Amino acid sequence: MTGLLAGLDGNRLLRHVLGAVLITFLMTSLIVGLELVATQTGLSLRPRYHIVLYCVVVVALGSTAVFALAERSWRLPMLVGVVIAALLLVPLLTGNLASDLAFLLPFPVAPLNWLALLLPAFILIRAAQLAYASARPPAAAARRREMTRTGKLVSLGLGLLLILVAFAFPISPWGSRQLVDILTIVLIYIMLGWGLNIVVGLAGLLDLGYVAFYAVGAYSYALLSEYFGWSFWVCLPLAGLFAASFGIVLGFPVLRLRGDYLAIVTLGFGEIIRVVLINWYEFTGGPDGIGGIPRPSFFGLPFQANPPRDGGETFASFFGLSFDPYHRIAFLYYLILVLALFTNWFTIRIRKLPIGRAWEALREDEIACRALGLNPTNVKLAAFGIGAMFAGFAGSFFAARQGFISPESFVFIESAVILAIVVLGGLGSQLGIVFSAAILIGLPEFFRELEDYRMLAFGLVMVLIMIWKPTGLVSHRDPTIRLHPRGDGR
Amino acid sequence: MLVIEGIHAFYGRIEALKGVSLEVKQGEIVTLIGANGAGKSTLLMTICGQPRGQGGRIVLEGIDITNMSTHQIMRRGIAQSPEGRRVFPRMTVYENLQMGAINVDPGHFEGDLKRCFELFPILERRRGQRAGTLSGGEQQMLAIARAMMARPRLLLLDEPSLGLAPLIVRQIFSVIKELNQQGVTVLLVEQNAFHALKLAHRAYVLVNGQITMTGTGRQLLADPEVRRAYLEGGH
Repeated sequence: MTGLLAGLDGNRLLRHVLGAVLITFLMTSLIVGLELVATQTGLSLRPRYHIVLYCVVVVALGSTAVFALAERSWRLPMLVGVVIAALLLVPLLTGNLASDLAFLLPFPVAPLNWLALLLPAFILIRAAQLAYASARPPAAAARRREMTRTGKLVSLGLGLLLILVAFAFPISPWGSRQLVDILTIVLIYIMLGWGLNIVVGLAGLLDLGYVAFYAVGAYSYALLSEYFGWSFWVCLPLAGLFAASFGIVLGFPVLRLRGDYLAIVTLGFGEIIRVVLINWYEFTGGPDGIGGIPRPSFFGLPFQANPPRDGGETFASFFGLSFDPYHRIAFLYYLILVLALFTNWFTIRIRKLPIGRAWEALREDEIACRALGLNPTNVKLAAFGIGAMFAGFAGSFFAARQGFISPESFVFIESAVILAIVVLGGLGSQLGIVFSAAILIGLPEFFRELEDYRMLAFGLVMVLIMIWKPTGLVSHRDPTIRLHPRGDGR
Repeated sequence: MLVIEGIHAFYGRIEALKGVSLEVKQGEIVTLIGANGAGKSTLLMTICGQPRGQGGRIVLEGIDITNMSTHQIMRRGIAQSPEGRRVFPRMTVYENLQMGAINVDPGHFEGDLKRCFELFPILERRRGQRAGTLSGGEQQMLAIARAMMARPRLLLLDEPSLGLAPLIVRQIFSVIKELNQQGVTVLLVEQNAFHALKLAHRAYVLVNGQITMTGTGRQLLADPEVRRAYLEGGH
């Protein structure tokens, strides 16, 4: 026992845990502990003190672990983590909610219970980190800087693996319709993240109105197909072009602004586009939106059950397959996958070219850039234009996938989510954006059946990311200054 | 090579330069000394077009550059190592040097890089390291090397000795001398008057936005007024 408590102040630990338990008890005893039930005679209160007890025990264990972790002791948290994990895992693995041990599970739905495992997982990982740090001589920490080359190789390998998996997924046995659909949405956001990354991550221009260009792309395709009947493949480059020109138009007046001011103006621009879309009823359909947007075809072969009226073949009949709506979903998935990969490839390439270097340099120091003979106006305009172009591509894909668009799809929160993807991914990191898009978009979609609980999970994940990875999931370029030296474990 | 005639410069309504005239001839090291706030850095920045010079002319190699924009001026064989170094902290040494050469024919890059590494061997050892993690002296060397990557005929140096240990200062000044011997004309702004004057062919003293004295470096070094104001002040 003494070994467990080594380095801990027993009194403070006791006070800490008792305080947490008391607060938990006070908070839960009335709110959770009494359930209002409607009986035939009227309303009555039914005590549920076993739940209160459960909360108190969990909080006691958790706060013990947290206290010990904060004191950089790892043995006790390790024990607590294992105990909690075991208490959760045993009923989860044996018969789940039906088993006799089900009273150990905190939630009435299985996925949330799995999510609850994050708590012991967090404790265990942190404890393992501390144990590792205490077992390792401090000199080893200094070697980390030179591992960037290996780190690059790992991230390259991981990227290639992800691409392979992404291509194989729809034809693999796991490729269900629902999952491919979710992944398509995730891929849209990955592409938007990669596009915004050019503006925010590389050029360092905080753009809060990025969704405006997404909207421009979507409406370009919707309107061009509605008024002129042009196909998706003609409209795709045009949508990119329109969005890019909007980016440049926005760029001109705001280039003299920096930081917060730029953010506010771009925010305003995003709203202007949306308000125009709502109010220009004759042209855009206003809040009614535009429906019946044609789906993209596979080199002229449409995805539909019956052959087109004017003759010709469908995708299914041409390849001698029986019609299956899954074909279209998989095709859309591959389409956005290719578009997103193109965005990524373009970004990686342009980073190595003078213009890409100039973006990064501009982010670092504008005055020094001027002193080197760079014209900041052109450099920034290029960033805005190219970033907007990819949003335009993604927008026209979005319109084609949905078949219906309205200004409601292009509200500010979309910009915020895209920005969150870029920031959480680690500014400037391509792979990080994939992970953060998967987490921010994929998780809520995946846990849609949990309804309102999913926002809880979403928030929890966000907090955990910020605790573990304050500079983003994959922070390729480290901050220049750290408050605590690396490997300090704080 | 560079002729400045009666130039004025303003920050808002404050007149920072009050009719400064100055000449830098081909192959010279010209030093500009003066107290804090005398307008030394402003003069260098005005040559680069920011703030824009008014009321007079700035002529570089026979071409009037007074009204050109900064990026146009900086492509005319002139390069600056700005005050406070201003290296790109999160980019590596190599990337910083690449940025220096951004407006130069890529064919020159390898040769120029080799030359920079010969001047500052420490940079070669640090080439993959982020500029922000370099020491102050190394950052100053990088700032000068980055300016040299632009293949300037005229190099503007703004306080290269700022905040550096005496040994490093000596090293940097000897590199400036070497660069000059290789044919680069240098305009050096300094507070470290003793070293700067020893190095200079000619020098100017700037006080409150006006040139008050000029002469060869040796003359000014011997001048009692300069000695009193800039060399013996703190002792």
